[in-house]
Amino acid sequence: MLVDSGLARILIADDEAPARTRLRDLLDECRESFPLAIVDEARNGREALEVVNREKVDIVLLDIRMPEIDGMEAARHMAGMEQPPAIIFTTAFDAYAIKAFEVNAIDYLLKPIRLERLLVALGKTRAAPPVTREALEAAANLPRRHLSVHERGKIHLVPISEVLYLRAELKYVTVRTAEREYLVEESLTNLEEEFADLFVRVHRNCLVARTAIVGFERNAEESESGWAVVIKATGEKLPVSRRQHHVVKQFR
Amino acid sequence: MVAKLGTVASINQTGTGIRLPNFCNLGVMLRSLIIVNLLLAAAAVLKAYSLKEIGYEFMVLAAFGEPILILSLVALCGARRLLHAMGYLPSIAAVIAFELLMSWLGQQFFGGMLPDPRPMPFPQLAFLVLFATATTVAYFDLRSRALSPAIAEARIQALQARIRPHFLYNSINAVLSLMRSEPRRAEHALEDMADLFRVLMADNRTLAPIAGEVELARQYLAIESLRLGERLKVTWNIDKMPADALVPPLLLQPLAENAVYHGVEPIQSGGEIAIHVKLDEGQLVMTLTNPFLGESPRLAGNRMAIANIRERLQLHFDAEASMKSEVRDGTYTVTIRMPYLTAA
Repeated sequence: MLVDSGLARILIADDEAPARTRLRDLLDECRESFPLAIVDEARNGREALEVVNREKVDIVLLDIRMPEIDGMEAARHMAGMEQPPAIIFTTAFDAYAIKAFEVNAIDYLLKPIRLERLLVALGKTRAAPPVTREALEAAANLPRRHLSVHERGKIHLVPISEVLYLRAELKYVTVRTAEREYLVEESLTNLEEEFADLFVRVHRNCLVARTAIVGFERNAEESESGWAVVIKATGEKLPVSRRQHHVVKQFR
Repeated sequence: MVAKLGTVASINQTGTGIRLPNFCNLGVMLRSLIIVNLLLAAAAVLKAYSLKEIGYEFMVLAAFGEPILILSLVALCGARRLLHAMGYLPSIAAVIAFELLMSWLGQQFFGGMLPDPRPMPFPQLAFLVLFATATTVAYFDLRSRALSPAIAEARIQALQARIRPHFLYNSINAVLSLMRSEPRRAEHALEDMADLFRVLMADNRTLAPIAGEVELARQYLAIESLRLGERLKVTWNIDKMPADALVPPLLLQPLAENAVYHGVEPIQSGGEIAIHVKLDEGQLVMTLTNPFLGESPRLAGNRMAIANIRERLQLHFDAEASMKSEVRDGTYTVTIRMPYLTAA
């Protein structure tokens, strides 16, 4: 649906140079029946995200196993973008991912990739809507390791491990790290579900990283439960709601 | 090199028959000592008239039994090739005859030095010696029967430790990419792959020379560097390696594969795999290090390969081999120590 007519703009993402060369060769042979342009090549998920954010990309051929940010995670960040590209996963062998793709009707190509299969997959991107974030989340067995923040045309990938707390504010969620704050367009409920092992809810609008909790203080103003949680690095004190008061006991 | 490996394997296939254990093995020695001492303790309990006397009776029996036991173990270790050549039943007969002779000689010449005031008549002593020997031999017989399916299993396990499908398909993909631009390199890579799979599909039950293992790991790493290019750096430190040392097959290659999969691939800039093989105090020591980024979600696969190797080491060497792995300062190190054995 993304690619209505004209040249399909394609990004190749794979950490192995020979695999990229091979895809390039194959795409060259697809040109006649499927007009396309190769926008760029990326060596990992981070580079792929930067390219997709910078340029107009219609289709990403995305390897699953890559360093830094793997294909599954990159795809989830891409699906959250304003104009998400169509994604075709490529993999040599990943029993888990393949099963998950089948279950969630996500398209993938097995390496070594055959020309005919590649053409079919490219053709499908014209007909079918791009894979949804929900389908990708269902297929991924692990939470993301980063949050993607779009800021003035740039994309920041904030490691989850550096996040101190997440606070819902109107339309956005504020992501606080030791250095600064970011805004992401995600729902706090979804984040809570995805990162249930790492964060704990202290208030209707706030999730705190378990590792960022220094302690709890009594009689904090503004706090209905009479407790506030003290945050590592920034020393901030965030109110604990009455409903979440059990968290205080849990950590003491 | 690979062909040589194959012939050694077929020569070593002495089959599935039960044999006397290798008495030079520390585990076998310990087991023998424990069994015989337990029997001596039981005899002491029977002989004693009161609880207090048990200790004394055991000492009396041990004073005679231990020297014979230790001398026997030393002799059995020294004569193990001869015994193996005789076949199983004749070798048991020889062992029993030897034990009787030893105890007779012991009683004749050193009987007077013993603290026992009432020396045992020889037929009675002979019965005890026979009983202890038979019990020990029967134990090892049962043990090797219990383990021989396990040794057959070792072959299956070696197959399980085989190359990941991930590697196979990625390599084929890499070779395909070279077909058009660099046909010569593609040819060479396919030759390496053929050698690799020949070894992987061979019978891997018996010990093989380490030189072949090193060659195999080299070929494997050559194929990987095709895919990974400059990201994969390999350092070999094998100047002091005894090339004739026998090791369980498919030891080094799975470790190298682990190092690539968990160590080098997850890092964009890649990393170095260092392999050291040397002799240390009569033991063969292999060390492999690779960078490690910390928590890997795929660690489960790694543990399986490590457990597989550990199990095969135990099957081949009992308590005399060890394997340790540790992560320190971003480096993963695995060290294997095993007895230095040669084919000759």
